[in-house]
Amino acid sequence: MSGRLVLEYWEKWTGFERDAMARVVDDFNNSQDRIFVRFLSVSRIDQKMMLATAGGVPPDVVGLWAINLPSYAENNALMPMDRLVRDAGIREEDYLPVFWKLCRYRNFLWALPSTPSVTALHWNKRMFREAGLDPEKPPSTIAELESFNEKLTRKNADGSLAQIGHMPQEPGWWMHDFPSWFGGASWDGGTQLLLDAPPNRHFFGWLESYPKRFGGPAMFQLRGAFGNFASPDNPFFNGKVAMIMQGVWMNNFIKNYAPAGFEYGVAAFPEETDHPGAPMTVAETDILVIPSGAHHPKEAMEFITFVEKQKNMENLCLGQRKISPLRKVSDEFVKNHSHPYLRTFLQLANSPRAQPTLALPTFKEYMNDLTTYVNLVLLGRMPAEQARREMLGRQQKALDSKLARWNQVAPVRVSRWEAEVQP
Amino acid sequence: MTLGERRNLIKGLVFISPWIVGFLAFNLYPLIASIWFSLCDYSVLSQPVFLGAQNYVDLWHDPVFWKALRNTVVFAVVAIPLSTFLSIGLAVLLNQPIAGQGIYRTIFFLPSLVPAISLAILWQWMLNGPMGLVNNLVRPFLNIINAVTGSHLQAPDWLNDPNFALWGLILTGLWGTGQAVVIYLAGLQEVPAELYEAAELDGTNAWQRFLHITLPMLSPVIFFNVLMSIIGALQTFAVPYILTGGGDGPGRSLLFLATYIYQNAFDYWNMGYASALALCLFVLIIGLSLVTVHYGEKKVHYSGR
Repeated sequence: MSGRLVLEYWEKWTGFERDAMARVVDDFNNSQDRIFVRFLSVSRIDQKMMLATAGGVPPDVVGLWAINLPSYAENNALMPMDRLVRDAGIREEDYLPVFWKLCRYRNFLWALPSTPSVTALHWNKRMFREAGLDPEKPPSTIAELESFNEKLTRKNADGSLAQIGHMPQEPGWWMHDFPSWFGGASWDGGTQLLLDAPPNRHFFGWLESYPKRFGGPAMFQLRGAFGNFASPDNPFFNGKVAMIMQGVWMNNFIKNYAPAGFEYGVAAFPEETDHPGAPMTVAETDILVIPSGAHHPKEAMEFITFVEKQKNMENLCLGQRKISPLRKVSDEFVKNHSHPYLRTFLQLANSPRAQPTLALPTFKEYMNDLTTYVNLVLLGRMPAEQARREMLGRQQKALDSKLARWNQVAPVRVSRWEAEVQP
Repeated sequence: MTLGERRNLIKGLVFISPWIVGFLAFNLYPLIASIWFSLCDYSVLSQPVFLGAQNYVDLWHDPVFWKALRNTVVFAVVAIPLSTFLSIGLAVLLNQPIAGQGIYRTIFFLPSLVPAISLAILWQWMLNGPMGLVNNLVRPFLNIINAVTGSHLQAPDWLNDPNFALWGLILTGLWGTGQAVVIYLAGLQEVPAELYEAAELDGTNAWQRFLHITLPMLSPVIFFNVLMSIIGALQTFAVPYILTGGGDGPGRSLLFLATYIYQNAFDYWNMGYASALALCLFVLIIGLSLVTVHYGEKKVHYSGR
């Protein structure tokens, strides 16, 4: 390390995910003798990175989530990477389009993907069999999902739920993306939230149907008995919920915590209307960024370029048991990958209908409100229409005020970024 | 000022200078800065943009602010009297000369040593609707009531039901009364025994002695504890934050002002709005403390005066 330039790299990962990146960092440190990457696993990394940047002492490379990009870019917390990426010879066509899209905002490239994921339906085959359903045939429409749901749901003698086929709040991590499966989106990408559009009305109506059919308090009571996600008491493993939306990482938890012989299937999550052909999915990705004011951006880019090389990226994604964001995938990657449904996930990620997750400048406010209103609707405490209208009123105002602030600083900031990314 | 006095003054200032520096850097400057930021649109990384009173206007029209304020005030209004009565009662009981007194005192004090985060995680399980310890204790009583009256009462789903979540938190708060009990116990040691002896000779019963001797003699301690509890309750943050997994609780029933400030400052990067909220909380704490001091002091009996 002596005599080498030390790059500070902060990442959010812990456990085996951290170990996988640590191996890539070691490979980089051993591959040359000019730069030494000091790799640090940091909790609440999004907040700490912002505060370190505000304090003028940002790390050189940070591993964030793609959903952070809009608000961090607008707040001047990131360095645009267009020129650095171009100089490094990295090309858009090297990546699956949906993951590249997730790294762009306001016509600048702010990040490169590290480990991505797409969402898919996971179903418990044993529960399908017990309910008289074909365990090899998942639902393909929302109507079918709900018809399966009725068959898979069991009640106790006292009327409480013993198990349920599907409930939107389990795990509920992609509530903001659900309108996509109803043929819409939450935001037009510009100034308007789309909560008034028919797909969002349908989405809220679908949510409202749950307490009517299963009882709001009964669903939350069932959910209260669920154990930790990373435990044998995960409701998907112990037969409390038969169908869930999950990402590629779920197989790691199934391997570690599900009972022996646990049978499950993976397919595209059902949509409101049937779309034979290309499947629909929502994609998200972890990303590598260079904070604004980082002391060694050139060297930081050298490290990121190393990570983005196919061999290293595949090592990282294999170690984390995820899919690769790159278009090219080696035979070894497919052969060595332990996920039994890797091809399904790759097919979803390659689908022309794969959509990037909601990346809104007011994402956290939006999510916080959405969680509150969705839970009120699912509890049966608020009509869906009222929840949707209140949510739209509050969040459109929050977005308007964020955009108004952006418009004040945009001319100066955009021209500076443009100058930064010039060849 | 003589040379000696000046020397003493300089020495004194040097000795307290770490505090002065700390106060200026970490109290006074942030306070003044937050007054300025509360008048600006400020996201930490960009320069503040002056908005005038816009943040305060927004705050006035923000239903979430009012909800957080309501939760904070209701929590303080219910939790403080409840914990005060409970801790005085416990202190009086633990002050009785019985065998194993020290052990009982230790047992009641021990829970207050549990850090707030651990406490919240522990109570997440205690308050779990279907499986929690609290409901396992409540259910037998409800079963009896249901059997006798023919009703269908069910144990509450504390952390998922907007009607019960705040009560669950109040229950959690009672876990830490051991700290106040110790202070009351210390206060009880200061009550002169001859007052009780004289009252006994006058034929008073235990309740009269408690009402006319114990409570007045304990009033300065009660006053101190209540004042501290008001300040503490209005700043409630860690336990509800962990109980809700960093969220607001069902229907925002566990959203407190301190949490809303934190969310605006560090989740939404609306530091200007967060500063306006923080100043409102500051004014609320100062106001309620002054009211308490004004009315409370009249009722406090200081034996030295």
